[in-house]
Amino acid sequence: MTELRPEALCVEDLHKRFGAQEVLKGVSTTARRGDVISIIGSSGSGKSTFLRCINLLEMPDRGRIAVNGETIALKPTRAGHLQPKSWRQVERIRSGLGMVFQSFNLWAHMTVLENIIEAPVHVLGLSRQEAVDKAEALLNKVGLADKRDAYPAFLSGGQQQRAAIARALCIDPAVMLFDEPTSALDPELVGEVLKVIRDLADEGRTMLLVTHEMRFARDVSSHVLFLHQGRIDEEGPPQQVFDAPVSARCREFTGALAR
Amino acid sequence: MSFSWIDSYWPLLLTGAWQTVALLVISVGFGFLLAIGIAFAQVSGGPVTRLLARGYCTFFRGTPLLIQLWLLYYGVGSLLPLIPGLRQSLFWPILREGFFFAAVSFTLNYAAYEAEVLRGALLAVPKGELEAGRAFGMSPLRLVRRIWLPRAIRIALPTIAGEVVMQLKATPLAFTVTVMDLYAVATKVRQDTLLVYEPLLVVTLFYLVITAFIAGLFRLVERQVPMRR
Repeated sequence: MTELRPEALCVEDLHKRFGAQEVLKGVSTTARRGDVISIIGSSGSGKSTFLRCINLLEMPDRGRIAVNGETIALKPTRAGHLQPKSWRQVERIRSGLGMVFQSFNLWAHMTVLENIIEAPVHVLGLSRQEAVDKAEALLNKVGLADKRDAYPAFLSGGQQQRAAIARALCIDPAVMLFDEPTSALDPELVGEVLKVIRDLADEGRTMLLVTHEMRFARDVSSHVLFLHQGRIDEEGPPQQVFDAPVSARCREFTGALAR
Repeated sequence: MSFSWIDSYWPLLLTGAWQTVALLVISVGFGFLLAIGIAFAQVSGGPVTRLLARGYCTFFRGTPLLIQLWLLYYGVGSLLPLIPGLRQSLFWPILREGFFFAAVSFTLNYAAYEAEVLRGALLAVPKGELEAGRAFGMSPLRLVRRIWLPRAIRIALPTIAGEVVMQLKATPLAFTVTVMDLYAVATKVRQDTLLVYEPLLVVTLFYLVITAFIAGLFRLVERQVPMRR
C-alpha cells in the first residue's frame, strides 16, 4: 500500500566534486509523500552537500533531481558541470522546498513575522493578509506567537531555529530540507527544536533531515541513509541501520555513538 | 559685533540656505542611486564593468572636488552651447546655471564615495541570508531588492550619515560657480557691510542646524531596525 504514495522527491546518481575532491559519488534516494529520510554520517561524508544539491544551492556535476514528478532541466557546461536550462524553473522548484539551515539564516532586517511572510508574499504571490494569517497559525504551532514582532537578533538560537522552521513551512513545501538544524544550538535548546520537527514528522510531512542526533533520527525516520565518503554505505529502516547494519563502517559509526 | 544687517539680509540668507539644502538633497539623492549601480558593478559585475566602476571611484575620490567642478563648469559648460538646438530648448535655463554644474559634479563625487561604502556593506551581508533568499526561490533581482540591498543599507547607515554631513560641508564650493548658497551669502554680506565675522557666524549656525537635522533624521531611521551586536 505504501508504494502508492506519490513521489515527492527523486534524486538519481548525484555527483559533485569540489576541485580535485569528489564529494558525492553517485547518491540516489526517493522520498514518497510522508517519508522522513534521515541522512547520517561523519563530517565530510557529503551529507550537507547532498542536501544542498537538491535545491541547487550547490550545482551537481551529474545526476537527476525531480520534485513532485517534475525533473529540473539541467544541461552540461563546457567545463563538465551542470547548469539549469531555466533559472525560472529552478526558482519555482525552490519555492516548493522548505530549507532550514544550520545557522538559521533569518533575515536580520525583518521581524519574525516579516521573515515568515516574505517568500509567500514576494515569491508565491499570496496576499499579505493571507500570508499573515498563515504565519500566525505557524507561530502558534512552533510556540513563538509572542515573538511575532521581534527581530532575530533578540531571539535565542532555539527560537530563531523555530522561526526558521515556520518560515519554511509557510510556503507549503513539498519537501522540508533540514541541514543539521540543531548543530549550532546550545545543548539545552536542542530539545525545543527537535520537538517541533517531531511534530512535523507525526503530521506526515515529507522531510529530509541531515543530522547528528542519532536517537532522534532513529525515532522519527521512516528511512535512514548512512553516507560514507560520498556514497550510500548503508540504508534502510532505522532499526536495520542502527541495530543490524550490514556495512562495517556503519556499524562502527552507530556503535561508537551507542557506547 | 553688529547683527543689524540681518534685518535686510534674512530673505537672502533663507535663499542661500535653500540653495545649500537643494544641492545637498539632489547630490545625495541622485548620487545614492548612482552609487547602488556602481557598488553592484564592483561586487557582482564582470571584469570590464568591475574595472570601469573601480576607475570611476578612483578618479572621483582621487581628485579634488573643486577641480572636478571647474572641469565640468568651464570645460563641459563651454561645450554645451555648441550642441545644436540646446540653447533654444526648454532645458537651457537650467543648463546655463552654475547650480546645474554644481549639482552634477557633487552628485558624481558623492556617488563615488557612497559606492565604496555600499560595496563594503554589500560584502558584509552574511552569505547565509542571501543563500536563504535563493533557497526560497527569489530571483537575483528580487534578492537584491528585498534582502541584499536593504540589509546592506542598514549596515552602512552610520557611515552614510557621516558621508551626508561631509557632503553638506562640500557645498560651499558651489560659490565658485556663481551659486548663491549659504557661503556665498556670507561673502556678499561681507562685501556690502564690511563685516567679516558676523555673517560667518550666522551661516555657521545654519550649517550646524542642518547637520543636527541630518543626524536626527538618521538616528530616527536607524532606530527602525534595532540591531544587537
